[in-house]
Order: sequence, then C-alpha cells, then structure tokens
Amino acid sequence: MADPAITVEGAEKSYGGKKALDGLDLTVARGTVHGVLGPNGAGKTTLVRVLSTLLRPDAGRIEVAGHDVVREAYAVRLRIGLLGQHAALDEELGGRQNLELFGRLHHLGARGARARADELLERFGLADTGRKAVRQYSGGMRRRLDLAASLITEPEVLFLDEPTTGLDPRGRAEVWSSVRSLVGGGTTVLLTTQYLEEADQLADRISVVDAGRVVAEGTADELKAETGGDRIDVVLRNAGELGAAVALLPLTGVSVDADRRLLSAPVTDRMEALSGVVRALREAGIEAEDVALRRPTLDEVFLHLTGDDHRVKEAA
Amino acid sequence: MSAHALTDSWTMTRRELARWGRQPVQLAVNLVFPVMLLLMFGYLIGGGRGVTGAYRDYLVPGMLALTMAFGLEGTMLAVTQDLNKGVIDRFRSMPMANGAVLVGRSAADMLQSAMALVVLIGVGAALGWRPGGGPAALLAAVGLLLLFRFAMLWIGIHLALVAGKPEMVQAVQILVWPVGFLSNALAVPGSMPGWLGTVVGWNPMSHTATAVRDLFGVPGTESGHAWAAILWPLALLAVFFPLAVRRFGRLSR
Ligand SMILES: Nc1ncnc2c1ncn2[C@@H]1O[C@H](COP(=O)(O)OP(=O)(O)OP(=O)(O)O)[C@@H](O)[C@H]1O
Ligand SMILES: [Mg+2]
Repeated sequence: MADPAITVEGAEKSYGGKKALDGLDLTVARGTVHGVLGPNGAGKTTLVRVLSTLLRPDAGRIEVAGHDVVREAYAVRLRIGLLGQHAALDEELGGRQNLELFGRLHHLGARGARARADELLERFGLADTGRKAVRQYSGGMRRRLDLAASLITEPEVLFLDEPTTGLDPRGRAEVWSSVRSLVGGGTTVLLTTQYLEEADQLADRISVVDAGRVVAEGTADELKAETGGDRIDVVLRNAGELGAAVALLPLTGVSVDADRRLLSAPVTDRMEALSGVVRALREAGIEAEDVALRRPTLDEVFLHLTGDDHRVKEAA
Repeated sequence: MSAHALTDSWTMTRRELARWGRQPVQLAVNLVFPVMLLLMFGYLIGGGRGVTGAYRDYLVPGMLALTMAFGLEGTMLAVTQDLNKGVIDRFRSMPMANGAVLVGRSAADMLQSAMALVVLIGVGAALGWRPGGGPAALLAAVGLLLLFRFAMLWIGIHLALVAGKPEMVQAVQILVWPVGFLSNALAVPGSMPGWLGTVVGWNPMSHTATAVRDLFGVPGTESGHAWAAILWPLALLAVFFPLAVRRFGRLSR
C-alpha cells in the first residue's frame, strides 16, 4: 500500500508478565475507516494508546501519518485526534472552556481557540449548554464534547476507542453520523468496538483482534461470509429431543445450549434452511417453541475466527 | 517544542484559575481552613507549653508553616484526580510542551498558598498580632514559607504519580497530620519527652517555623535556623523534583 496512514508491524506490549499486544500487525490506508473488533481484554485500548503516543510499545515498528510513534511522538501528536475509551475532559469546566483550553494548547491563539470552540459547539449541537460544568452533562453530551475536543485541528488520523459504548441508540446514531461526515473530509479513522454492527456501519475494513493479535481481516462482508453469514436458532419444547434433532436436521456446524433447549447453526440459503428445518421437525414430530433466522453475533464471528467453535461443538 | 513551553504553562495555569472560578466555595474553604486551625489552637484549645512570650506570637508563625505543609495534600489530591479523570491523556496526546501540566499545577498551588499566607497574616493582624522586624522580615518570612511549600508541592506531585489512586491520597492525608504536628508549630520541643523533641527538631518544617519566628523577633527563639530553612527544602527538591519529572515521563510505560 502506498504511504499508509497507519503502519503497525509486530507490535508488542506487556503489563507485568501479561501480553496485551502480542505481535500485532495492521495497515490502514489514508482516508479510510478501519474497525478494530474484539472482546474485552483483546488489546484494543492498548493498541490505541500506543498509536496515540500515550504508551510506549515494547517492540515493533509503529508509524502514524508517516512518523514513528516513539521517536517522533511530537510530530505524531500534531497530526492525530484521540477519543479515548473514557472521557478525557476537565469535568469541572464547561464545554466551551474545555474546547478553548484544548484549542490554546494546540496553539490556535486566544481568538482562534474561541472561534474554533464556537464552531465545534455548534456542529455537535452543544451550543446551548450554557455554563454547565461537564460533570453535569449526560453521557451522550459528554461523548459529543469529547469527540469535538479530538477534532480541534482536523486531524489527519483520528482514533476512536469504543466511541459508542454506554450510549443509548440515539446517542449512538449521533456519533455514527459525526464519524461519517468526518470521513468525507479525508480524515483516516481507526475505530475500536465490541459491536459487529458498529464496525459494519462505519468501517471500510475490519481487523478482528484477540489476545493481542489480529486473527482475521477484511471487509465486513468478507468476515461474515467467513463465519457462514446468518444463523438459524431453534428452541425445542423438550430438551430430551435435542440429540435427535441435531441428527436429523439438514444443518451442519450445530451448537447446542441444553439449558435454553436451543440449537444454533450457520446457514447459507436463509429460506431453504428455514423451510427445511420446519419440515424436518414436523415430519419427526418434534415440537419447537421458536425457529428464527438472525445475523451472527460478535461471539459467533469471534468463536469462529479463533477456531473455538469446534470446541463448543464437541462440548455439546 | 520548547517554543511553546511558556504559553502552554500559562494556559495550564489559567485552567486552574478557571477551575477556581467554577468552585469559589472550594477555594474559600481552602483559604479559611488554616484560619480555623489558628483560632482553634489559639483560643479554644489554648496550648503553648513552655512558650516564653505570648502564645499567639509563637503560634502564628507555626500555623503559617503548618499551612504550607498541609498544602501537600491539596497538590496530591489535584494531581491524582487529573490522573484518574482521563483528561491527562488528552494533554499527553496533544502537541504541547511536556512539562506544562506540572508547571501549571505548581503555579496554581503556589498562588493559592500565597493567598492562604496573606489571609492568615491578615487575620492574625486583625486579632492584634504584630510581627517584629518590619516589612523586610515579613517578606523574607513569606519567602522561606513559600520555599518550603514548593518542596511540599513536588513531594505531593511525586506521591500522586507513585500512588495514583484516590485511596492513597486518604492514607497520605492521615499521615500528614502527625508529621505536621510532630514539629514545633504548636508547642516548644523542650516541653516534650526527649525522643519526641529530637524528632521534632529534625522535622524540616520546624526549621522553617523557627526561622520565621526568628525573623519576627519572637522571644526565646533560637537563631541561626535560616540556613536549615533554606537548605532542607532545597535538599527535598533536589530529590523529589527529578523523581516526579521522571515519573511523569514514565506515564507512557
Ligand atoms: N494498565 C494496565 N496494567 C495491567 N494490565 C493491563 C493494563 N491495561 C490493560 N491491561 C491488560 O491488558 C489486556 C488488554 O487490555 P486492553 O485494555 O487493551 O483491552 P481492550 O480490548 O481495550 O478491552 P475492553 O474492551 O475491555 O476495553 C487485558 O488483559 C488487560 O487486563
Ligand atoms: Mg478498551
């Protein structure tokens, strides 16, 4: 790739003896949105902190906007914006005071900082928050202000660490639309999330991370195809018939949850699978409480990609 | 980078001032607390074992020094809060001068301590306390007190960076009291049991208090402590300033 916005080769970082990044590789092209998808403890925040110069990696070559994050940290800081997992704001000050403070620290000057603060408050629908301290903001307002603060200088590369975790659907939609409008302006975005849907909505490409390394990478469609796309869930009335149903249903890769009397399997042709299952159950006289098609959850994509779904099947 | 060191430090200082503007009550409480202690020890508890002259003349310089020592808590609390609030991450990810965060903290804390001294001296004067030695002595005394405060400041920053957790601040807050009172701020060491008197004599704060009393011409004050009152804080600074700066740089480890 010619002149990528982010290059990570063999990044390693340990806390005590525990490896948070374990040889992680990543390349992000300029002007694209890259999703980093992974469960709790996968190393997402550690990666973002290394990329944004907050944390020194133990090993690896890591460049952001063409500069090394360790040796040229200052040059990197000139070119990035950061929305951390937790709000990075002065809670005692008001929204405008926060943005002016960060503007001054970006050396926009007093007048420039004030103008920029006005602009951003307007753009993020925070213009009428008055003198309220950030402490008194709602979660959604705080997230928007935090995002505004990370955009003071229209960064070349923007890092968003779980930007919508803890927000209600409306807050989430607001953040999503803000991110979309940014990308139009040529900013490169690296976004971490635990939600497949979020990566799906926003990212051009996705890296699935587990235990500090990338276990799969591709577009959302590629990843979903790899996990078998949609799934079918069948809930039986009688748990005793689970074994018989597994043997007889026209499905492969079935996982069983006996407590919930549930069978689950990936499907390729949605309609054929649905009608096949319903017919087979009826013919065998097995009663089902529910039969439903659904998108795979992150767990399933994840279990599939890390090869753990075989273990699930054997256990069942 | 260093081209911005001054601007950034000033910006960070203004941030603290803006926080005062947001929480005037908090600021007022910080300034009034030492006055309360002064009134409590001067009028309610009424100590002064072994004091030669008026207890008030002995007590006011002691309270001034004690106020500087207690400043350590405030510094530690503020730094710990910053560290745990995440805002420090934003500062560290921005192209600002590295030290500005700490310089801003220092400037604001020193200013608040200077204000606390003015308030205490003002209240003392209102109650009829008259320091001897004239304006020059008063200025020199304030200088010694602020130097001591500056040393406490960097100890506070270092402890906050080492401990990092709000719970640890409480532990230090509890410890600051006995250390503060194991000095000659309130009572004459000669009136204490032998070993205690020795500890108290060693306490850097005792030297500052004694030097200030000497400047104010408090009767019965040993003279010649000015050097110790200068050298002790400088020695503490020589240890804790580099430690704190190094710790701050190591936030990225
Ligand atoms: N400061 C730290 N000290 C010790 N261990 C840490 C520290 N920060 C992270 N870890 C460990 O490193 C691993 C990766 O953590 P990280 O925060 O990067 O994960 P994450 O993918 O962001 O998780 P989450 O989705 O919960 O935010 C975890 O096992 C975590 O316990
Ligand atoms: Mg995280």
